[in-house]
Amino acid sequence: MAQTSAETLKTTPLYEQHIAAGGRMVPFGGYSLPVQYASGIMTEHKWTREHAGLFDVSHMGPSFLELSSKTGDADADHAAIAAVIEPLICGDIAGLKPGQIRYTLLLNAQGGTMDDLMVARSPRFPGALYIVVNAGTKDADFAHIAEAAGDRAKLTRADDGALLALQGPEAIDVLSALLPGVVELGFMQYGPFDWNGHTLIVSRSGYTGEDGFEILAPASIATTFWDTLLADERVKPIGLGARDSLRLEAGLPLYGHDLNETISPIEADLGFAVSKRRREAADFPGAARILAERENGPARKRVGLIVEGAPAREGAEILDAAGAVIGVVTSGGFAPSLGRAIALGFVPPAHIAIGTRLQVSIRGRAQAAEVVPTPFVPHRYFRKTTSS
Amino acid sequence: MTTKFTPDHEYIRVEGATGIVGITQFAQEALGDIVFVELPSVGKVFKKGDEAAVVESVKAASEIYAPVSGTVTEVNDTLTGEPGLVNQDPAAAGWMFKIAIADASELDGLLDDAGYAELTK
Repeated sequence: MAQTSAETLKTTPLYEQHIAAGGRMVPFGGYSLPVQYASGIMTEHKWTREHAGLFDVSHMGPSFLELSSKTGDADADHAAIAAVIEPLICGDIAGLKPGQIRYTLLLNAQGGTMDDLMVARSPRFPGALYIVVNAGTKDADFAHIAEAAGDRAKLTRADDGALLALQGPEAIDVLSALLPGVVELGFMQYGPFDWNGHTLIVSRSGYTGEDGFEILAPASIATTFWDTLLADERVKPIGLGARDSLRLEAGLPLYGHDLNETISPIEADLGFAVSKRRREAADFPGAARILAERENGPARKRVGLIVEGAPAREGAEILDAAGAVIGVVTSGGFAPSLGRAIALGFVPPAHIAIGTRLQVSIRGRAQAAEVVPTPFVPHRYFRKTTSS
Repeated sequence: MTTKFTPDHEYIRVEGATGIVGITQFAQEALGDIVFVELPSVGKVFKKGDEAAVVESVKAASEIYAPVSGTVTEVNDTLTGEPGLVNQDPAAAGWMFKIAIADASELDGLLDDAGYAELTK
């Protein structure tokens, strides 16, 4: 597999920006992306937790799914487009308010996870959804959605532009200086915003556990918008390395590692993503397995582990206190905010209680580990105070 | 006092019959922030090329190989609490272990300053 790299890798509209900023480029999801910039993963990680980090996530799969023939009745059109996507996922899309985003899972017939994704109801266009899927799965996801839609709805990929994430406690002040309207967005809401005559699609969401935004920009203005954000001294560019350590601290699963086609939402501790209405109707792929696991418990479950000493990486065996192999680490590394090693992994239900003493096998030696609650670092999402 | 280098980016600084082993400036930059160092036990006997230590960055673990055969006589325990010394001062405070060199002729097979500079150009 030697000579596959450079010419077959795709680049994002921000490639030159990464090079100029000293980005150390690596292949990821078929794209050449920066794993870190000059200051390094630790500094970038902490900067995001304290200020605002800017990420190029253009490798991901933003798209729009729009009803082919609309009635003009907003509620009826939304119900119709929801009925196109819902048979593939376990989330309640029909119940979304305009502009509301839902984290959900694309499931196979066995109740395994084909992808985790965001599905949002357009705030402006009845009968339209904004859908963002993962980079590594996007071609398969888009084919799967388009096939299910048939001639009822049209899927339009939007992954030829730039998708940026601005994350951290100062993200709101930075972005609202350019786009004042974003202060109106609650967590998991999105909308269109005008910037110098161009439309940006801005979501208040992210993958770090911090307040922040994900911004879809046309390729033509990607570099200008990126540079404008970076001109604010509160903003630094952040690579994939810190993106991974931030999401791990936030206890968020990474598809292809903590989620795959054999892992169910219940096993992955994502039961919240199986919406109540869908549960009651049992009308999603793999419902029999997933509902039975919800009722009786799954054979294995994702847990968070604090690991003593060297980090346990993906693939490390998890042992019980007596040394018997009971599971495997699916993501693991060093948590810069905590100054110690953390991991996500799967173990049988007998070992999932918080405080359970386990071990992980690292280079042939058993190291102490303990089951702890996730997130490892508390989420600091923006919550609107409601007056109801 | 001579310092020799391996193609895997370890250095060995030779002081009499003892070699002081660590990783190069080039290696620490490539690895990024080092968060954990696993050192060998004193008395451990290595053959040239054996896995002798492990450095963990935020992203990944990397093995450190014995540049020559010999017996570990001392390890830099300071790195247990301050692994970042490997980044800050790899050639001095960030040294990893000392080895009693079993066969000084093995040093001849290693790179000198010029050879290592050429490798990392």
